[in-house]
Amino acid sequence: MSIKQKTLDLKMRMQGALMGGGAKAIEKQQSMGKMTARERIIALLDPNSFHEYDLFVEHAARDFDMDKKHLPGDGVITGTGTITGFPVCIYAQDFTVAGGSLGIMHAKKIAKIMDHAMNLKIPIIGINDSGGARIQEGVNSLAGYGEIFYRNTQASGVIPQISVILGPCAGGAVYSPALTDFVFVVDKISKMFITGPEVIKSVLGEEITMEELGGARVHSEITGNAHFFAESEQECLQQIKKLVTYIPWNNNKKADPFPKKAPKTRQFKIDNIIPMDPREPYDVRDVIRAISDDSDFFEVQELFAANMVIGFGRINGDTVGFVANQPMVLAGVLDVDSSDKAARFIRFCNAFNIPLVTLVDLPGYLPGIDQEHAGVIRHGAKILYSYSEATVPKITIILRKAYGGGYIAMCSRHLRADFVFAWPTAEIAVMGPEGAANIIFRNEIKNAEDPDKVRMEKVEEYKRKFANPYVAAAHGYIDAVIEPSETRRFVVHALEVSAQKSELTPFKKHGIPPF
Amino acid sequence: MKENNKSQDTGLPMKELNVDEAVYITRLNKMHTLRKPYQPVNPSMLKSFMPGNIPEVFVKKGDEVKEGDTLLILEAMKMKNRILAPFDGKVKSLNVKVGDTVPKNHVLIELKATNV
Repeated sequence: MSIKQKTLDLKMRMQGALMGGGAKAIEKQQSMGKMTARERIIALLDPNSFHEYDLFVEHAARDFDMDKKHLPGDGVITGTGTITGFPVCIYAQDFTVAGGSLGIMHAKKIAKIMDHAMNLKIPIIGINDSGGARIQEGVNSLAGYGEIFYRNTQASGVIPQISVILGPCAGGAVYSPALTDFVFVVDKISKMFITGPEVIKSVLGEEITMEELGGARVHSEITGNAHFFAESEQECLQQIKKLVTYIPWNNNKKADPFPKKAPKTRQFKIDNIIPMDPREPYDVRDVIRAISDDSDFFEVQELFAANMVIGFGRINGDTVGFVANQPMVLAGVLDVDSSDKAARFIRFCNAFNIPLVTLVDLPGYLPGIDQEHAGVIRHGAKILYSYSEATVPKITIILRKAYGGGYIAMCSRHLRADFVFAWPTAEIAVMGPEGAANIIFRNEIKNAEDPDKVRMEKVEEYKRKFANPYVAAAHGYIDAVIEPSETRRFVVHALEVSAQKSELTPFKKHGIPPF
Repeated sequence: MKENNKSQDTGLPMKELNVDEAVYITRLNKMHTLRKPYQPVNPSMLKSFMPGNIPEVFVKKGDEVKEGDTLLILEAMKMKNRILAPFDGKVKSLNVKVGDTVPKNHVLIELKATNV
């Protein structure tokens, strides 16, 4: 054969493999409103940047007549590419090939591209669209999952790991996304569960649809398994493209800086956001937008535990992670879910050298039997743990209420915030004036002729004396009381002077965070 | 919780939430509105801790039972779980028969304690 013939032979072979599960299966995939695996990769990466590997890998199943079957690429596409110049390793499960089922060679391809990502120190993006384990391959498909989980764990905190759920992701398969840093879901397309509706019905007799059991909304609003919710695959891919601009390639780097830009102060007037009555709500995201570059804020887990707001923005061109109580939802209290949400985000930022800016306005922890029995003690402890262990620059701004355990938890000086600022509206106290007055002046109130009048007087007295930032300032627990309009200037400066921050932590294999 | 229309910021109706005797005007999230009120555990109501079926029943209504006696089998998750008497007592009511399928938290047997 001449070289021309050999090249032609290669082209023929490639053409066969590139068709995936064939025209009919592709048509079926598209009729469900889904892109094919290859279309997704191409749409996500920069034009012509995708380089595919392991196209000719063959599956290894020999039982149940599987040896007579040909599965192109064994149902997964792997390779490298760039997103706005940012290098990534990527894999996408191909549902058109045997339902994207995971056999040992499929898993080995994924493991190989993950090993690449670790060696090259660049992020890994996994697009999940699979019916689950390939039953015909038996324990080999379980081995395959295990190899992926192990690599997810080893890579955790070293390179960013992104999971995109664009189809079913069921059974053991869900644990790879669960071990990664960010999970993207799309309404009506993503489905994640350990046991599906059919098993639940046959074993337990309970009926539920896939969407109600593990659809995108469920994981965005209720379980907290997902971090980004999109209405369409296109929107989802745009979200991924945006996310990678805020994060570094690996834990030895910082995120690439952007051109500096001032906030849109005409739209977000920082002096007018906060109502004077501490019991009135407002949207804390307006405060974030009033201090971040270009008033840009990329929110993470927007729909889950909305009483806590987390997300990325930039200050003077550099990425920061914002953590803020949201008075507009559940008065901004800490509870089981909001603690989990914030703690995990803080650990991500710390692992990837992203400074933390914390905005505080909360009445404390949410009272309730359900909270106590759900383990608010060990869940609430996570936020203390993550702030205390974080060694990135930590800047805290107390906007209004900072009561009790909530004051300590929200990156107080005592958990080693580098800078703590408070607005003149701040109320830093062991608890809210109402509760405190009722305890301290219990006898006076009880024995008074008009208990309600005395209670009100005592609440006012407590407010005057303690509901301000100056008691804490007198102890040096806050560094400065600042006007709201000065916030950005102070944050910019604090980040500038913290650029070379280094903090020694005691040697250990790892801590034992409360789970 | 009262409806409160001081929705100055969002235009959405606000609710009230009491934390440490202060009432805050705020929205409630889905998890908060979905939560179930707490119900104290009643030890004389023996409930199915999992959905399953009943392959065997060893007692009938009115039987005297001793603490630790096997009352019935609840087969769930491929396991024949023995349901034991938590204390000495009498079977006040038996709500299942052999072959039944029961959902979670179904009252299987109601016991009446002796010596109380």
